[in-house]
Amino acid sequence: MKANNTVIKVCMGTGGIAAGGSEVIDAFRTELNTAGIAATVEKNCLMHKVGCRGLCAKDVLVDVIINKEKTTYQYIKPEMVSRIVKEHIIENNPVIDWAVGDDYHNFHKKQLKVVLSDCGSIDPEDIDAYINGKGYEAARKVLTTLKPEEAIEEIKASGLRGRGGAGFPTGVKWEVARKQNSKQKYIICNADEGDPGAFMDRSVIEGNPHAVIEGMIIGAYAIGSDKGYVYIRAEYPLAVERLRKALSDAKTKGFLGKDILGTKFSFDIKVKLGAGAFVCGEETALIASIEGQRGMPRAKPPFPVYSGLWGQPTVINNVETFANVPYIIRNGAKWFSSFGTEKSKGTKVFALTGKIKNSGLIEVPMGIPLREIIYDIGGGIEGGKLLKAVQTGGPSGGCIPADMLDTPVDFESLAKAGSIVGSGGMVVLDEDNCMVNMAQYFLQFTQMESCGKCVPCRIGTKRLLEILDRITKGKGKEGDIELLEKLSADIKAASLCGLGQTAPNPILSTIKYFRNEYEAHLKGKCPAAVCKELLTYYILEEFCKGCGACLRACPSKAITGEKKKLHKIDPAVCIKCGACFDVCKFKAVKKE
Amino acid sequence: MEKTLEKILKDTRENEGNLISILQDIENAFGYIPENAVNWLASKLDINPSIFYGIATFYAQFHLKPRGKNIITACCGTACHVKGSDRLINGLKQELALPEGEETTKNMEFTLEKVNCIGACSIAPVFIINKKVHGKASADKLIKEIRSIKGSKNEGK
Repeated sequence: MKANNTVIKVCMGTGGIAAGGSEVIDAFRTELNTAGIAATVEKNCLMHKVGCRGLCAKDVLVDVIINKEKTTYQYIKPEMVSRIVKEHIIENNPVIDWAVGDDYHNFHKKQLKVVLSDCGSIDPEDIDAYINGKGYEAARKVLTTLKPEEAIEEIKASGLRGRGGAGFPTGVKWEVARKQNSKQKYIICNADEGDPGAFMDRSVIEGNPHAVIEGMIIGAYAIGSDKGYVYIRAEYPLAVERLRKALSDAKTKGFLGKDILGTKFSFDIKVKLGAGAFVCGEETALIASIEGQRGMPRAKPPFPVYSGLWGQPTVINNVETFANVPYIIRNGAKWFSSFGTEKSKGTKVFALTGKIKNSGLIEVPMGIPLREIIYDIGGGIEGGKLLKAVQTGGPSGGCIPADMLDTPVDFESLAKAGSIVGSGGMVVLDEDNCMVNMAQYFLQFTQMESCGKCVPCRIGTKRLLEILDRITKGKGKEGDIELLEKLSADIKAASLCGLGQTAPNPILSTIKYFRNEYEAHLKGKCPAAVCKELLTYYILEEFCKGCGACLRACPSKAITGEKKKLHKIDPAVCIKCGACFDVCKFKAVKKE
Repeated sequence: MEKTLEKILKDTRENEGNLISILQDIENAFGYIPENAVNWLASKLDINPSIFYGIATFYAQFHLKPRGKNIITACCGTACHVKGSDRLINGLKQELALPEGEETTKNMEFTLEKVNCIGACSIAPVFIINKKVHGKASADKLIKEIRSIKGSKNEGK
């Protein structure tokens, strides 16, 4: 029977699962069973769970591969499975109208996958899948043929810089740690991906956990550490589960534990769960948290490579940084440094989200113009709206306005434009987004997450937020914009850690490029119709059909009207939740 | 309660746990951090309860008050924010008649909590209702879901 050479791959990243991936897998199992092909076919009909394959907006994505001929389906729901099984798997007639189109292929065309090269194609819960694709070869090469110093040299030569945000050269960090004369050293993987709007590290761990583990093994060997930790957010249950399985499989296969691969090198990794504090992404706060204390940063120096966990030399690298390491060793430093720009080598993974058509996880060579990411990979703006800006770097970053789209995406160019690469969040904003509201949003976040240890951050972010609050309520005063600028500069200069030093960035960059929006708010107008206090909802007589949809949706009973007659919103009762605006099919609800 | 706490203490000693992992275990066992659990452990470990309190209030994952039967988690990540999660949250608060500053309804049926980012940005705005993820959420879909949970409870009576 034809299904003998059939492989079905169902996307089971967090996005895929949320869109119903498990139900789709179940549906395939049931359908294959009832089609009567299960008895002879099941053993050969491989059903893989794969990690994130990037284009989460089109989930659930399913690959059906028959005799190496692959068809990718998008937006698959359980009830669609029976037709795929019948027409494609049994009759060998792919269901073309459900297959992905040009935008799916364009999404992948300009990408360059190093870290994500195995994500979405191998089963992350199967260590053999990773090994069959040359997995753990790099660790074997380093442990059995290279001296620690040689491994460090290779990483230095590749030009790899930390992918967590600061961009510090990884090889240099390792070299300093190597030179520390200490019996105990630690290596920590920072998987406390706290930036809202970012899910790169989660996807890498969910999609290819062994690459991270292999990178840590190589790092540990290079610096001379026998104990590692992965500090990971508890909010990522699937990533935690897959990581734990991967660690135990790696141990069974002898890649972790005592005398790894027959050498005298021993190394083990423990998982530490974060408890929900953004500041713990800062390395000294992370260390405090692993030690069981409140995650408060301390002044640097001394840097953790000199004195880190329990006072011992400690290397902390980000998930993506570690995941790059095995690929660099496997293919050589020269290969890696052939990608990217002079000072920013290699690729970077971004979470492309917001008002973009193809939102999802992407990996691009450093230095690619922002325009190519937005229009070629991302497919442009949703719903034919106008692009306003691209926010990068989360609460520590800033906005790149639409007229600067030719900015190359690398550490130096984004910094020059007043933003940062950061950990890799990239949120696209359109004409319906208010820039003052965006600044307020990020300040709410940083103010809440400020640990409270140092005064400039604790009180300064609070003051900044108060000023932004009154501006968005139409109660701003003359001089508020200048006050924001002055206060921001002081907070940046005087805060203890990265959180406070970068917290004002979203304000400074929006004032720099969108000062007119701040000024409009001071005059009592929100140009994008976002700030609640500055807008009213009303119903347009000529469009209202009296269908009652808004009336039923309104949670505050602010809408009155009889069937088939004009409905009305009582502004005194309206809480401006926008439920009526969302449900009206006739565009009769207006906000201004 | 004491039995559970003894077990937590034993696990902690065996697995090199620390105060954070103790609190995580308490949260898992009881759904929140009961004051008397902390007092009991504090006296056993000879640590001031205020140390526990400091850690429990520092990390967002710990809750000091009991939570409702149905948990609604609103993602407040950037992607969800730009796609209007704020409006949806306000609508839900109204629907649940939640007083300002409270997360749990008086009848202990619903808890509406905000989290920073659950990392499912591609399907924003995202809400999790009783562990089921609802992507591309809209006000009317959410309110329908809440009303159906309320309804199934009334039918059960």
